[in-house]
Amino acid sequence: MIPPVVLTPEQAKARRSRNIAVALMLVALVALFFVMTIVRMGGAVMDRPM
Amino acid sequence: MSVATAGDFFALLKPRVMSLVVFTGLAGLVVAPGVMNPLAAFAALLCIAVGAGASGALNMWYDADIDAVMARTATRPIPSGRVQPQEALTFGLVLSVFSVGTMGILVNWLSAGLLAFTIVFYAVVYTMWLKRSTPQNIVIGGLAGAMPPAIGWAAATGSLDVAPLLLVGLIFLWTPPHFWALALYRSGDYEKAGVPMLPVTAGEAETRKQILLYAIVMVAFSALPVVFGGAGAIYAGLAAVSGALFLWLSVAVFRSPGQHKVAMRLFAFSILYLFALFAALIVEAAIGLGPLMAAP
Repeated sequence: MIPPVVLTPEQAKARRSRNIAVALMLVALVALFFVMTIVRMGGAVMDRPM
Repeated sequence: MSVATAGDFFALLKPRVMSLVVFTGLAGLVVAPGVMNPLAAFAALLCIAVGAGASGALNMWYDADIDAVMARTATRPIPSGRVQPQEALTFGLVLSVFSVGTMGILVNWLSAGLLAFTIVFYAVVYTMWLKRSTPQNIVIGGLAGAMPPAIGWAAATGSLDVAPLLLVGLIFLWTPPHFWALALYRSGDYEKAGVPMLPVTAGEAETRKQILLYAIVMVAFSALPVVFGGAGAIYAGLAAVSGALFLWLSVAVFRSPGQHKVAMRLFAFSILYLFALFAALIVEAAIGLGPLMAAP
């Protein structure tokens, strides 16, 4: 059995910093694509047959 | 397990270089005709910034051996051991693909293509080939740093024109005196690292001469955006005054052998010079100031 990896406090802090940065970047990218999609569709987003 | 923090990865993006790249890209974007959606403009600038950062990360990955022996760069994330080379390579490649892809999808594919060209030119042509093989490294490689105004213009219009190419030419001619002024100050470092910068291969006297020659050509060239590129009175005035100062400092460098403080003064001023000229173009576009001269 492979022994579990035990992080040093410095490694744990660095990983947390990286995780937060990646999460923020992903949210920002999703938001950018969403808003740009709405912008590109313009008013036509509301103009659809019921 | 890595001890690299988000800040270390941010440092791989060369944020100070990125700020000048974004600024000149913004100038290309706002001087272009037509009105661009502000959000699309923001997306374009973000892609330019991330693409520039990605090429910086790839540069730091490839040049880690050089960076380790130079005082100016020894504390960078890879030589200091905080980021592993493989991490920097992956980071740079992922950001390159994301920035080009996002630019293509959200803005247009001409600007994405120009951004891809810029990244490849900086990371492969300059970093992997020219930097270690010729004293003309920063002259030819300077094209990568000169491209942002063309990318900005292409993002706004979907095409290219003479005006953005003149701005590209201006940065291209600005790069050699800018970097050689720094290289005069740091020539010992470059020699130790085996980088064939001009002061190392041709000597300080030749470098000072080349700085002056490039400065003369660059200052003359800086008039072209007024004649052909639609620049207005603010740009013209600033180009004349700051161009004269640039020449004065270049002459001072030429006449001051061994005075590296004079070279550093030119290096610092050269950054201010480029910021000032592009700020003038941005201000003119913002206030709607027309061209000083009608297009011929």
